[in-house]
Amino acid sequence: MSAAELLDAGSVLFLFAAALLSLAAGIGIVRFPDPLSRMHAATKPQILGLVCALVALGLQAENGATVAALVPILAFQMLTAPVSAHMVGRAGYRTRHLRRDLLLRDELADAIDKAHADAAHHDVEPDLPGLVTDEDTSTPRP
Amino acid sequence: MSGRITEIGRWQGFLLQLPLLVWLVVLWLLLWGHVTVISVLTGILLALLVTRIFYLPPVDLSGRFSVYWGLAFAWHFAVDLVRASVLVAWQAIDPRGVPVNSVLAIQLHTRSDLIMTLTAEAISLVPGSLVVEVDRERSLLYVHALGTPDDAAVERVRHSVLVVEERIVRTLGSEHDVWLINRERRAAGRPPIRLSARQRRYEEAREGE
Repeated sequence: MSAAELLDAGSVLFLFAAALLSLAAGIGIVRFPDPLSRMHAATKPQILGLVCALVALGLQAENGATVAALVPILAFQMLTAPVSAHMVGRAGYRTRHLRRDLLLRDELADAIDKAHADAAHHDVEPDLPGLVTDEDTSTPRP
Repeated sequence: MSGRITEIGRWQGFLLQLPLLVWLVVLWLLLWGHVTVISVLTGILLALLVTRIFYLPPVDLSGRFSVYWGLAFAWHFAVDLVRASVLVAWQAIDPRGVPVNSVLAIQLHTRSDLIMTLTAEAISLVPGSLVVEVDRERSLLYVHALGTPDDAAVERVRHSVLVVEERIVRTLGSEHDVWLINRERRAAGRPPIRLSARQRRYEEAREGE
């Protein structure tokens, strides 16, 4: 078995793993009941799937420039996937698109309830934890 | 005298921003796919321009980076990524039904924006945990965890997030961040992390307050 054949075999294995992870992600999107769970299936196995696909491509690359072009693809995917997952998950939580009966614990709801109770007690606006992130982030912490 | 001090301050500020500039230049070179004098020069020029025009609040870098803990973090991250990806893929096709989940409030030790962001990014990239909400004032992460059938699983998720934070602090945390972690470790009867002579002096000064 020559070196080229070994590389081909490696590429096939990695591409197959990437395809399996994408398939599992697709099944997860259909099966999971609420947006928060679906975000796990939609965004997460993709990262490893992407790594596998990029490794398969890298094994077939004939020069360093192609490999170098693969690095920013992964870097940007790793930087942006959590942000988009967070934004969709956050919107899903705030618009109550979640199945509370499938939650064992919800400490965010506890925190919001407590903020409302404290606010009612002192007759002020509730100090909601989630709203803090909407403020201008350039202001320093107290 | 004061002019000299601002000069030093500006120089230190530039040094602390240097990693960002270097990263932008490297990115530029990766996008071009070749390293020539012109691509490096235009990269430096653009990096300076971008950091001037799209001004962001300066990132508080501690000025410290441990290569050993950086590699340890990368290794654990890769292992977690593979294990959790397979786990979530299995949960997606598990014939016994869909998992029970939790939204957890996780109290981090750090007050640093950078470490909090890196921790949130790292746990969001690993399947099974998703940051739903962030409380920057109180350093709280609200994490949606997939597959927490009982309280023991909940505590495992909480612990794993704090371990990720600890690895990031060991890699590039400031003395203050390390102290915050060590204070809790001592209270729990565990050995403190990273006790250099400088760190010990810093912690003694803080404990003495």
